[in-house]
Amino acid sequence: MISRLRAQHGSGLRETVTYLGQKYIVADSSLIPEMLQVLRDQEQFDYCVDITAVHYPEREKQFEVVWILYSFPHNERIRVKASYADGKSVPSVVSIWPAANWLEREVFDMFGIRFEGHPDLKRILLPDGWKGYPLRKDYGIIQQDQEWVQINLGIESGQ
Amino acid sequence: MIDRATINGAPTDRATTDRTSHLELGQHEKTFLDSNELIINMGPQHPATHGVLRVILKLDGEKVLGTECVIGYLHRGVEKIAEHRTYTMFNPYVDRMDYVAAVSNGLGYCEAVEKLLNVQAPPRANYIRVILTELNRLASHMLWLGTHALDIGAITPLFYTFRDREEILKIFEKYCGARLTTHAFRIGGCSYETYEGFEREVKKFLDFVAPKIDEYEELLTTNRIWVERTKGVGKISAKECIALGVTGPVLRASGVKWDLRKAQPYAAYADFDFEIPIGENGDTFDRYMVRMKEMRQSLRIIEQATGKIPSGPIMAKVPKVMKPPVGEIYHSIEAPKGELGYFIVSDGSTQPYRVRVRPPSFVNLQALDMMVRGALVADVIAVIGTLDIVLGEVDR
Repeated sequence: MISRLRAQHGSGLRETVTYLGQKYIVADSSLIPEMLQVLRDQEQFDYCVDITAVHYPEREKQFEVVWILYSFPHNERIRVKASYADGKSVPSVVSIWPAANWLEREVFDMFGIRFEGHPDLKRILLPDGWKGYPLRKDYGIIQQDQEWVQINLGIESGQ
Repeated sequence: MIDRATINGAPTDRATTDRTSHLELGQHEKTFLDSNELIINMGPQHPATHGVLRVILKLDGEKVLGTECVIGYLHRGVEKIAEHRTYTMFNPYVDRMDYVAAVSNGLGYCEAVEKLLNVQAPPRANYIRVILTELNRLASHMLWLGTHALDIGAITPLFYTFRDREEILKIFEKYCGARLTTHAFRIGGCSYETYEGFEREVKKFLDFVAPKIDEYEELLTTNRIWVERTKGVGKISAKECIALGVTGPVLRASGVKWDLRKAQPYAAYADFDFEIPIGENGDTFDRYMVRMKEMRQSLRIIEQATGKIPSGPIMAKVPKVMKPPVGEIYHSIEAPKGELGYFIVSDGSTQPYRVRVRPPSFVNLQALDMMVRGALVADVIAVIGTLDIVLGEVDR
């Protein structure tokens, strides 16, 4: 499978790694979403398990977006990772897997990564008016949107 | 201000204007009996939403035209907390997500970290883990059955299931001192050795509960009201389930024979003989039947396990200060609600760099809109019940 992908996408596949028995692909961000489409259509990864992100503030491309996929016919998992700079938007995969809808909304909510082509990209767990993206590394553990708390909850501080 | 009170950009207080418009017939062409779109709120404080779920319903009379879920009321930032705790310290937090199946949460987390550390729990620990996890699956399904039946109008099953669930909680309490948020497992094994008479008590419970499950079925399976309210309600096909990432009993009720305990066995599940019950129609009734059969399969697993718990240590050798090597892992288990996954990134320090929980309830809840479109308001209640969501896990 990996060799087929490599033949198709060439040098865009930065790395294909097996760590602790789990496969993952580090792909160039230019290959997304075409490669994901290929993974679903040709390699039968029909189930999008999860979409998430990891924040590395010291890197030039701060966000690593991770797609965890599973194939029912092959009983196999694969992870695809691609890095994006802050402010860059990621192509949405809702048209490939409808399951991505809420998952992408959550990534947007927590990291502030925008998904291009998402039908209804807005916050999902936090209130719409909230400022800040809590899962970024520069967001403190007890940090809150004090203004939102004061206006909406009528208390001085959430802490 | 919270501008959450909108659906597709229109404010939800249209509900009031729409209602008064019925009375001002002169100003509107529509008559009182004509269909009129109505937007109403269900929840977040509503007994049938099983917690703080708010569903905005777009209705045409009794017919549901569309829904939107507003979630996040129970958001505690579990994933953020994880980044500021050591691996061991975060362990009890996972119990607070799906608080009716805390043991499953703990199992998934401990196994994920063990994989990251390259440690294997000893066989004895794995057997104890299987017994407790399956007991917890029973407890979770019992709670689901009681509340689901209550929503649909049958009060009796609630008393029955809570009475019997109590016996499971008593075993948990005796084992680890806690009834719900058990924190029963440690990274590398189990926290406690089984107490004196553990196996005997579990066996006694199995004998006690098997006829009780028949009793629940007697109350419901052929009950005309139950069948009418559940058959053909909230249908979802296998294809739609897979596209929406729906897992667990909901997926199986649509006819997909997929259970992580079989597909990618973990703990000691490979040692046991059990079946994966599936449904055909993917409706609420099939999901009910699948869960009932699953409860019986759980009894089978526990019965096999109690007979042959191996002797030996219950903890593997794990370092006191855990520093997993740099890397990442995704490990998932079959929780009572579906696939529960943990994606953990380690940077080589004592604290995880990132912990992502893939909650089954969150992803399953996404299917609600598809399942209730075109149905009646009363069916929405049935479908929320049948999805078996726990808001603690949806919101994390």
